[in-house]
Amino acid sequence: MAVVTSRRGRRTAAPYAFLAPAVLLFSLFILLPVGYTAYLSLRKVQVKGLGLGRGARSEVFAGLENYQRAIADSQLWSGALRVLLYGLLLLPIMLGLALLFALLLDRPRVGLRRFSRISIFMPYAVPAVIASMLWGFLYLPAMSPLNYVLDKLGLPEPNLLSPGSVLFSIVNIAVWGGVGFNMIILYTSLRAISPEIYESARIDGCSELQIALRIKIPLLIPAIVMTTVFSLIVTVQVFSEPLTVRSLTTSVTSTWTPLMKVYRDAFAADDLYSAAATSILLAAITLVLSFGFLRFVQRRAFGEDR
Amino acid sequence: MTRSLGAKIVAIFLGASLVAACGSDSDDGDSGTTGGKVELSFWAWAPNIEKVIDKWNAANPDIHVTLSRQAGGGDIVTKLLTAHKAGNPPDLAQVEYQSLPTLVSNDVLADIAKETGDTKGKFADGVWQQVTLGTDAVYGIPQDAGPMMLYYRTDLFQQYGLTVPKTWEEFAQTARTVRTKAPKQYLTTFSAKDPGWFAGLAQQAGAAWWGVSGDSWKVSINDAATKKVADYWGGLVGEGAIDDQPMYTPEWNKALNDGTLLAWPSAIWGPGVLEGNAPDTKGKWAMAPLPQWTAGESKTGNWGGSSTGVTAKSKNQSAAVKFATWMNTDAAATELLIKEAAIYPAARDAQASPALAQPPAFFPAQTDFYATAKQIAEGAAGVTWGPNVNVTYQVYQDAFGKAITQKSAFGAAVDEMQAATVSDMQKNGFKVAS
Repeated sequence: MAVVTSRRGRRTAAPYAFLAPAVLLFSLFILLPVGYTAYLSLRKVQVKGLGLGRGARSEVFAGLENYQRAIADSQLWSGALRVLLYGLLLLPIMLGLALLFALLLDRPRVGLRRFSRISIFMPYAVPAVIASMLWGFLYLPAMSPLNYVLDKLGLPEPNLLSPGSVLFSIVNIAVWGGVGFNMIILYTSLRAISPEIYESARIDGCSELQIALRIKIPLLIPAIVMTTVFSLIVTVQVFSEPLTVRSLTTSVTSTWTPLMKVYRDAFAADDLYSAAATSILLAAITLVLSFGFLRFVQRRAFGEDR
Repeated sequence: MTRSLGAKIVAIFLGASLVAACGSDSDDGDSGTTGGKVELSFWAWAPNIEKVIDKWNAANPDIHVTLSRQAGGGDIVTKLLTAHKAGNPPDLAQVEYQSLPTLVSNDVLADIAKETGDTKGKFADGVWQQVTLGTDAVYGIPQDAGPMMLYYRTDLFQQYGLTVPKTWEEFAQTARTVRTKAPKQYLTTFSAKDPGWFAGLAQQAGAAWWGVSGDSWKVSINDAATKKVADYWGGLVGEGAIDDQPMYTPEWNKALNDGTLLAWPSAIWGPGVLEGNAPDTKGKWAMAPLPQWTAGESKTGNWGGSSTGVTAKSKNQSAAVKFATWMNTDAAATELLIKEAAIYPAARDAQASPALAQPPAFFPAQTDFYATAKQIAEGAAGVTWGPNVNVTYQVYQDAFGKAITQKSAFGAAVDEMQAATVSDMQKNGFKVAS
């Protein structure tokens, strides 16, 4: 009897016991900070007179003022536009290359497969800040080996950090760092496809190119969608690369991307409140974008699952 | 990703306060008197400053100072603000002059006017003004000053037959001559990344960006003097007489090292930077007063410099002021500051310290380096910093960066700084007189 009841008691408590750590950590490190950010976004500092001396500064309720200001800020939207352009360049190039490399590596009889896989993946292990430093030094006209060679050949030297080209230079850093990760995801899903399908395709007279285009890519769609969503999120949050490159050139402003503006407001201008409002706004946009994209492709990618 | 966005910000914020909390827990412990002995905690970033503290601790068994090493510049301000909110700031902190108003406005620093007494007389007026914010209060004891001067390559000046420019007009002429004689070289560069540098140059011309009248602030960043300085440099950049690349980049280091740049308007601490960033040029540099706007004058501005502030929440303010005053004015203490922390002292007497008898190691030929420097320092203009220098400096970088990349007028960038500074102050409720 006793054994039964205790077993039954354990059975009802068990799921909660298992859930507890996750729920606790989730609320402590995610819900609470998000809630605090939302709270901060509704507050502001109010100073009296000179603002010097005791009690001259107080925190007051601001309503939606911070949001209004953020929405009216042209710097935020020109930053957002820049990120849009950045994403339009980055996503197709990065994911296209990742797909290409994954497909090439998956071909039968590829030499140096392991070596190629690791060397393509390697840049992903380099932190974005370090990667941006390395590339930044390569871009600086007086330091760049490219400029050195062009100068020796008597050809015109490009300035890769000029206002017109710095966006492309930063996209290049992101592509370099991002291809490997996405390639590994795609490659892993490719390996999971049953080889019998290829065999029967070959028996039917299918060339390797046709296998890639007609069999592999359609079967890869879910993985491609997933990498796209990941990349979309990373794109909206682009921060480390432009911030690092900014120290080398005047072409990157402190509000070059929306996240840089949040950082500037919070830590350079000591205005945590508008930074909080902007980040909530940004989070909402990211949410809409990624769910919107998922909805858009859902029927095509996962249609047969439903 | 709501999570990573929002959480990132807040996590950094919470993390910073945790770090600050832990840091000060361990070093001010039970801040207060234990058996008649006063314990003081001190946040600073100057290298080797613990040697000065050791000397104090050995001589003053009643007042024990413990150092907690911090990152310099803006980081220490953020940390102080957080520690203040958490209720456990240190007793003393090293603070850059332009950060004082931000801290005072947040009630972090105490007004120590009563305890400072005759300390004022030990500093040049221009230096002292920086710790009073133009009011009757005193918010810190000046530690080091950064009077600006001109560094130039003697060998290259000789090679191209140049003389050291005494006025800015001559400086412009020299810049043009360099371009004709050596098309790959520049006299100097205008940096849109260093607002403190531009602020110093503007001070020399008589700019007063902030001022206090009654209970309101006066903001005049786009005053005539600043406009004059901006237009001057804008003109030089526009005609290609000088370079427009930022300082403190690998490219700039290389340009200093290989002679692409012939001169650098900088501050007293310049030799240390040159030694670190252009090691091949040892002994090739000399220092001269900054060119003047009117021939025959001897004015300069300040680039950098810091003070020692006492926090409002410190329980031992008078002991803290005692230590801060000793550290920054006592002959033996300032000598240690010069030797160990490579600081150019703000106190007048200390500027004639025997530790400054020798020129910097990187400038072996200029034996009168510090004697000249002391003279130059006397002509440093006074400054009143405002409560949002951080905002102004940020806008400087963006606005001048834009002016350089779009080749537009520098005067407009100064207007942009003024507008952004005033609107930020008004947004926060500061009273700004128009």
